[in-house]
Amino acid sequence: MGLKSYVKKNAYYDSVVLMQVTKELKKTEEINEVIVGMGTTLNKELAENLGLLTDEVKKTTQNDFFVSLDGEDAVDMDEVLNKITALLNKKKTSEDEDYRPATLKSALKVMPEANLALFSIPGEYAYDQVKKALDQGLHVMLFSDNVTIDEEKKLKDYAKEKGLLMMGPDCGTAIINHTPLAFANVIKAGNIGIVGASGTGTQEVSVLIDKFGGGISQVIGTGGRDLKEAIGGTMMLMAFEALEADDETEVIVLISKPPHESVAKKILERVKECKKPVVVDFIGGDTEMIKSYGAYPCISLEDAAQKAVALGKGNTPKDFNGFSMDEAMVDAMVEKEVQQYSNTQKYVRGLYTGGTLADEAMMVLTESLKAVYSNKPKSPEFKLEDVFRSKENTIIDLGEDEFTVGKPHPMIDPSARVERMKQEGADESVAVVLMDMVLGYGSHEDPAGEMIESINEAKESMTSNGGHLTVVASVCGTEGDPQDLEATEQKLKDAGVILMPSNAQAVKFVDKIMKRIS
Amino acid sequence: MSKINELFDSELKVINLGLESFSAELKLQKKQVVHVEWRPVAGGNKKLGSILDQL
Repeated sequence: MGLKSYVKKNAYYDSVVLMQVTKELKKTEEINEVIVGMGTTLNKELAENLGLLTDEVKKTTQNDFFVSLDGEDAVDMDEVLNKITALLNKKKTSEDEDYRPATLKSALKVMPEANLALFSIPGEYAYDQVKKALDQGLHVMLFSDNVTIDEEKKLKDYAKEKGLLMMGPDCGTAIINHTPLAFANVIKAGNIGIVGASGTGTQEVSVLIDKFGGGISQVIGTGGRDLKEAIGGTMMLMAFEALEADDETEVIVLISKPPHESVAKKILERVKECKKPVVVDFIGGDTEMIKSYGAYPCISLEDAAQKAVALGKGNTPKDFNGFSMDEAMVDAMVEKEVQQYSNTQKYVRGLYTGGTLADEAMMVLTESLKAVYSNKPKSPEFKLEDVFRSKENTIIDLGEDEFTVGKPHPMIDPSARVERMKQEGADESVAVVLMDMVLGYGSHEDPAGEMIESINEAKESMTSNGGHLTVVASVCGTEGDPQDLEATEQKLKDAGVILMPSNAQAVKFVDKIMKRIS
Repeated sequence: MSKINELFDSELKVINLGLESFSAELKLQKKQVVHVEWRPVAGGNKKLGSILDQL
């Protein structure tokens, strides 16, 4: 049959559903390649890379649905379309038989007592919809990105006027009343309240709090731009005040990338008035400034969790910047890896699904390596020319827009990282691949399982070239998460992955290797 | 008491607009959620959408 496509104008399906349909179709032996998606630029690029971009698909817009496939003669396009229709309809009826309203207004008729609206619609439509939800007195979590900063400002100012939470845009994680929303882990209940402007940073801190025997009261996300000058930390301040007034919360943790100086000052001045202990991790920011306002600054996300747990138990927090295991053992592990490299192997490649975790890696590695390339580098000179190709030492955040428009986030859809892993394994200049593995609600049901084949392939490829590929990872997950934490860790270990107990320790381990070989 | 603190004291009841998987996961946790079968109004034509909205 060769290459065939089908386009339906003005038909909308969400990207996760379409990913599941694509995956199902790929199981058909006679289908060589297939893509089912909305006509976004990214999906059309993907189609082109797979040799599936027909003229018809080329003309689609992001509001059009398309199918493009390359198959054997035995494949009948009509049958495929029937199967897709059946899969899309199956999705609708198998999960629940409940009535599904088409608008927010009609949803409120079904559930008049609703108190929170969770939005993950395409960002360009978000403003009007979110405004309506706030009008109705609903707290909002806005997962969508591609919302302008002006729109964010207007929505947050309006929410403030109404006293409502406006978490986001681009808010990936929250745990309200112990219910994980969007991407969040199952954390034991306790006395630590978190306000986080960085999604996976917040997930990592909450997971480590759980691991260290602490628990959380609430986790409130703000979206990554809340502490920019244009927004002024509106939501962090509102959330902070709510946690201050909350009886369950005895310790407050604030997490953000370094804020604008005026915003940092505004927040820290408010922190100074608080009677509860406050741990502040302005990742890579000015720690002296934090200390001068009476808060506890942090070295890493792991250190933030350690300090919060210590304070929650009434103990004095201490700095933690090392390894959980004996450092001599760590050094021996490093040496074992280094001994196996060929003389072409020099570089590290970080393949991250979590943005803040990628930032943490970049922050530490830049100190010793100087040049670390990225799709979102610390300084513009290290911006990758082509984000789909690594250069020297590279840390990639696969959750950034260029990888996710019209495609699920890599924590849901591991395919982009699977391909990248193989690519790095075929590059003889690579010594180490560093990665995160984020579990919890929202994430893929078996993210480790999906990666194993590509890890094996990358390692084998390096071995056949006379070298050795080190893969270092940390799992951001708890025993309560829907994925099996123990099985996840075992799968990675069986594939020869070196597992560290936190991202901070994984990065420090890689840093030791890099210091030895560069 | 602020509205946010009131939320902390209430049972969480969610309206989900967008990814179906988010509401499916809330259901798995036995949480109350209504999923909105959201589609861009007027096939994504914003101008027409806002006119329809006003009707």
